[in-house]
Amino acid sequence: MDPQENRYTKEHEWTKIEGNKTRIGITAYAQEHLGDIVFVDLPAIGKSFKRGEVLLVVESVKSASDTYAPLSGTVVAVNDALNSAPELVNKDPYGEGWMVELELTNPAQTQDLLSAEEYATYIASLA
Amino acid sequence: MIVLKHTPLYETHIKYGGQMVPFVGWEMPVQYKGIIQEHLAVRKNVGIFDVSHMGEIRITGPDALPEVNRLTTNDANKLVDGQALYSTMLNERGGIVDDLILYRENADNILIVVNAANAEKDFAWIRSHLQGNAKAVDESPLWGELALQGPRAAELLQHLVSFDLHTVPFFTFRHGEIAGVTVIIARTGYTGEDGFEILIPWNDTPAIWESLFAAGAEFPLAPCGLGCRDSLRLEARLSLHGNDIDETTTPLEAGLAWVVKMDKGDFIGKDVLAKQKEEGLKRKLVGFELVEPGVPRAHYKVADARGREIGHVTSGMMAPLLRKPIGLAYVEMEYTPVGSELWVIIREKKVKAKVVPTPFYKGTAGQVRATPKG
Repeated sequence: MDPQENRYTKEHEWTKIEGNKTRIGITAYAQEHLGDIVFVDLPAIGKSFKRGEVLLVVESVKSASDTYAPLSGTVVAVNDALNSAPELVNKDPYGEGWMVELELTNPAQTQDLLSAEEYATYIASLA
Repeated sequence: MIVLKHTPLYETHIKYGGQMVPFVGWEMPVQYKGIIQEHLAVRKNVGIFDVSHMGEIRITGPDALPEVNRLTTNDANKLVDGQALYSTMLNERGGIVDDLILYRENADNILIVVNAANAEKDFAWIRSHLQGNAKAVDESPLWGELALQGPRAAELLQHLVSFDLHTVPFFTFRHGEIAGVTVIIARTGYTGEDGFEILIPWNDTPAIWESLFAAGAEFPLAPCGLGCRDSLRLEARLSLHGNDIDETTTPLEAGLAWVVKMDKGDFIGKDVLAKQKEEGLKRKLVGFELVEPGVPRAHYKVADARGREIGHVTSGMMAPLLRKPIGLAYVEMEYTPVGSELWVIIREKKVKAKVVPTPFYKGTAGQVRATPKG
């Protein structure tokens, strides 16, 4: 089950908001469909993104997939552990497989995101 | 609506948990448990692939051998009965119509196994170019095919055949029985590891698959999909038609000069290759690895230090065994020596790479060689 406290997008990103910061990764559904993840092209710290812009690229054995910023913000941290162990995204997508931390520039955007329940309904509709 | 073709193992793949995807008109398993896991199973142990989608074309008649030799670049005259040969078939411009393996039953009967994507095109090409007293028959609907690959492939298969597999060295084949079915067992493959490609009457293919799994329980035998077929062949630097070679690339440019025998007599495309040899090549396919983080992919551009485009990537990936980003690229001749610096353009970013020797990884293929004949 996808963690209840997170918010989700239809592009299969999760975001965990705490105060004016949020941690971002891809969902269990996303990593399962991508297969073995071999590289995560993380953004530079200090770079700003608008919601919907390509935040980073996740590379599986077969393909490269864009991951979009679910919210607007500035990168304040990236998960360096993924440089040597990208498989953490497969093993623990909501924990050790997190990717980026953003400082939010427009916290009001969060109301447009999906709840865990809404996301579960959405992925069920894709089957 | 496009109706995808099924191999005789379609239901078997579903049963074994294969993730089915469309591939050149066929519905095939891309993976079962994961591409990396399957890749490593073939490198270290033994895996099995359904390659029933491959095409089989039989050339028969008194002129079969000379005609096959005229249609392909390697020297089929050197084959003895029961021997196989990797070769290319060229168009009049020296471009590669397909790469293929010839299996000589005898001088009047040669079976050609070709890529699934090109099977219909190849058959039409052969039929329209065949001369003299030889005829071509498309036997693709008759044959299922399994590739049993890995350092322990022979040990597994030995449980199921009555003859010593040492008598079937690399690039030879023989007819034999598995579970009461007469099959063709060839010591060939597309992984860089020792192993066998087994041609099986279409409807008997699932029974042979199950026999191999029954005999392979202790290993355990891993079912393998197209995903690791591609990653294994690239680590071993085996060409993929449609990516690394096609009708616009010659075998000389592709680093396949070893399958071109200019002294064997006439063959289609020979004059173009002779001219290329005389004038020198303008570009060549090289192996490279990234020395900065990233993953190279087919069609990415390759540039020099100043950003001038000097070529393009034809295959690329994070190599599962080597855990390094590797690839193949056509580049201008100046950049082909080992150690040359290249830059692969990944999402508008220049990522540094260097030309490296290939194969990137040398597996167990070819360890069992034929005893030289006196």
